Amino acid sequence: MTTIAQAVAPPPVLEVENLSITYRDKDHEQRVVHGVSFAIAPGEVVALVGESGSGKTTTAQALIGLLADNGRVEHGAIRLNGTDVAGWSPDRFDSVRGRVVSLIPQDPTSSLNPVRTVGEQVGEILKIHRYGDRQAIARRVVDLLAKVGLSQPELRARQYPHELSGGMKQRVLIAIAIALQPALIIADEPTSALDVTVQRRILDLIDELRSEFGTAVLLVTHDLGVAADRANRLVVLQGGRIQEQGDTASVLRNPHSAYTRKLLADAPSRSQGAFRPARAAAANDTPERPEDFAIVVDGLVHDFDVAGRKEPFRAVDGVSFRVRRGTTHAIVGESGSGKTTTIRDVVGFRQPTAGRIVIEGTDLTTLRGEALRQFRRTVQLVYQNPFSSLDPRQTIFQIIEEPLLNFEPLPAAERARRVHDILARVGLPPAVLERRPRALSGGQRQRVAIARALVLQPRVLVLDEAVSALDVTVQAQILALLETLQRDLGLTYLFISHDLAVVRQIADTVSVLQAGRQVDAGRVEDVFLRPGSDYTRELIAAIPGKKNHHHDPIDTHTTHLRQAPGVFQQAA
Amino acid sequence: MTTTSSTASLGAFTGTAQPTPHRFERAVAAPAAVVVPTVPIPAAPPPRAHSGTWGRRLVQRARRAPISLWLAWGVLALVALWAVAPGAFTSYSATVGVAGQQLQAPSAAHWLGTDALGRDGYARLVFGAVHSLSGAFLAVAVGLVLGTLLGVLAGSIGGWVEDVIMRTVDVLLSVPSLLLSLSIIIILGFGTLNAAVAVGVASVASFARLTRSEVVRVRRSDYVEAAFGSGGRFGAVLWRHVLPNSLTSVIAMAALQFGSAILSISTLGFLGYGAPPPTPEWGLLIAEGRNYISTAWWLTTVPGLVVVAVVLAANRISAALTKGRA
Repeated sequence: MTTIAQAVAPPPVLEVENLSITYRDKDHEQRVVHGVSFAIAPGEVVALVGESGSGKTTTAQALIGLLADNGRVEHGAIRLNGTDVAGWSPDRFDSVRGRVVSLIPQDPTSSLNPVRTVGEQVGEILKIHRYGDRQAIARRVVDLLAKVGLSQPELRARQYPHELSGGMKQRVLIAIAIALQPALIIADEPTSALDVTVQRRILDLIDELRSEFGTAVLLVTHDLGVAADRANRLVVLQGGRIQEQGDTASVLRNPHSAYTRKLLADAPSRSQGAFRPARAAAANDTPERPEDFAIVVDGLVHDFDVAGRKEPFRAVDGVSFRVRRGTTHAIVGESGSGKTTTIRDVVGFRQPTAGRIVIEGTDLTTLRGEALRQFRRTVQLVYQNPFSSLDPRQTIFQIIEEPLLNFEPLPAAERARRVHDILARVGLPPAVLERRPRALSGGQRQRVAIARALVLQPRVLVLDEAVSALDVTVQAQILALLETLQRDLGLTYLFISHDLAVVRQIADTVSVLQAGRQVDAGRVEDVFLRPGSDYTRELIAAIPGKKNHHHDPIDTHTTHLRQAPGVFQQAA
Repeated sequence: MTTTSSTASLGAFTGTAQPTPHRFERAVAAPAAVVVPTVPIPAAPPPRAHSGTWGRRLVQRARRAPISLWLAWGVLALVALWAVAPGAFTSYSATVGVAGQQLQAPSAAHWLGTDALGRDGYARLVFGAVHSLSGAFLAVAVGLVLGTLLGVLAGSIGGWVEDVIMRTVDVLLSVPSLLLSLSIIIILGFGTLNAAVAVGVASVASFARLTRSEVVRVRRSDYVEAAFGSGGRFGAVLWRHVLPNSLTSVIAMAALQFGSAILSISTLGFLGYGAPPPTPEWGLLIAEGRNYISTAWWLTTVPGLVVVAVVLAANRISAALTKGRA
């Protein structure tokens, strides 16, 4: 069908031919995009998929003439509606930007001017391209804001960005992008910074607008699940080269390149129906004894004082859960649901307002000062962002060694031995010990962060979105590592995530938080198959990457085959 | 670079498992099961620490530095040499004049002419370097040490300690620094050393404010919390993480302050609050030369230009330090 459509279709909106882009770095040039060619027909959604560093954003920037100052199109053609714009100056690009091709940027919070109203910012593009007089522009702005699904568009037009939520800001940016009904919209990770449910609504909106105006969309994303749901065709990039391109369905069903197969295997949202096999310790039929639980949280309440208000803000409201030793408990919720506050209480960084937290038999809420410091050996935290959780001035050895210096003195040789041991456990070569964090990739840094947490031999590891900042392939490696470590060391994990697909893969039990309350809890399988609240159902429905599964028995079959041995059982 | 034990089997697998049209589901499925846990970590770029010895790296870096930075370092090096070994640059005395050679114009014998007492202008400039430079160093040291201490205390302890320190700093900042230096000199008495201390104390407030803001930034970072989370004591975390990461911009500011300290000390010397005559201090040279500006303009202009050059050089180096610790 696609081939027929292409045969009779009008000429493509965008044709990229043999595009190469280089970045100049001090005295040498580095090519980051190597001879990339693809085309987008009117009304088509093409997804540019790849990991960070694959050149997908650079390619997208070149298409709209927004390459960084040190970037340069080396050769190749970018034909927008048949006109080659590859060598155009930025000034010349102004005439096509917004009118022919427009951009939905990645981060809605930093992409709007905080000191101007939303209406002015949407109106700006109309003014630049001389849409009409002031009244016409004002009317069009309200129309556009209504079109992107914002309630009370007249009010929104007068509001400032800080009065809007992240999802609403992204809608405003979409309104700016569609203002002149361009032929092509480039959406650069349009939903990566948003919660899953908001993500789904935004992608639905882009889809609706596309079918209404017949606009072509280039979706730049690292999330294969999103790409599979939304795109007609996929272009898979790795290291600046196209690994594979074609129809979404056929690429997913029959990927030709090894890299695509790996991406498919690593995307957690694409592994349907597989839950973590129940372990003996986690089985529900054994009688409950209090000493079986590594973590017991009972009626946790945490209030924050709000300046200028009498009533404190209740961030966590009566959360209770217990985690059996050696199992993984996940806390799921969107931003603002209280999950971060909960774990900061569990780790002992803050004292809760009310409730009890018992970890390995010690009631944390009674500890102060030196006792609390000694207790920290029992529970360790791994942070979301491995770029900010490692001191840039320390070497990897110093970073991993540091926790050992905080407790009873050990001889230097013993400390070095323990650092080497733990480094080997997290799968890093000894050569990294002399380096500093900036010389390591994101996945390697997260391994270092895990090593630092484990060097004190804690019983409980709290992982705060520990894989959210990583590419899918790296994410799969880290999850596999965590699985191995849990099996070998008998660790108990408290895993915080907004990504239900990951939770399904690695957790035994789960708590779903919404606005500080626990709306659902229990074994992962029970919660996923028989959700107890509308909110949980909405979260599950919002997991991307389902569309092509349901219509595709073969794919489901392969998934089962892959899952049969269990993704993690292979980790050696 | 990083390979786990089963990478070899992965390579073999993907190499041999060519999908045939009717069996592709197995071909897809089989490697996938092996791939997940065994993907080698992407190789990191080679560590910079191993690219050469410390000295060689310095040379490499110097070769890339812009010409203005070269000039800045050159000016400071020359002035530093003047301060260390003034005798190597001139054979004249800085304090004893030669009778009958008063107020001569620049010539081959006296490069910068002579002053009203027949002293060689160039010699006085060279011998004056040690007074201006050591004064500036002392001033910066006083400001840096006291200011950083106050800033670290305020930023790391917080609460009422921070309030007390920072409000005091606000008061100090609201007084013009020259006025502050003059008041301190009036308390301490005249002299090169006292002028330097006065200039240093006047800069404590700005050092404290900068340090506090840096400490507050670093304290909020994940790695500091992680250090506390792994059982770190307050002092140890401060010493290992907060201080080293806060100091980069403070050091850059110290370089900047070095330039303005020379300026301030010269100003105090010019006003007569610094070194007493016949010390060849730069500010004093400018002040003395002022009386003859209509007949011997070079007496006041050349020391003035030297002060300008040193201040500009310090600013240029400070800018480079801020940008990338060049």
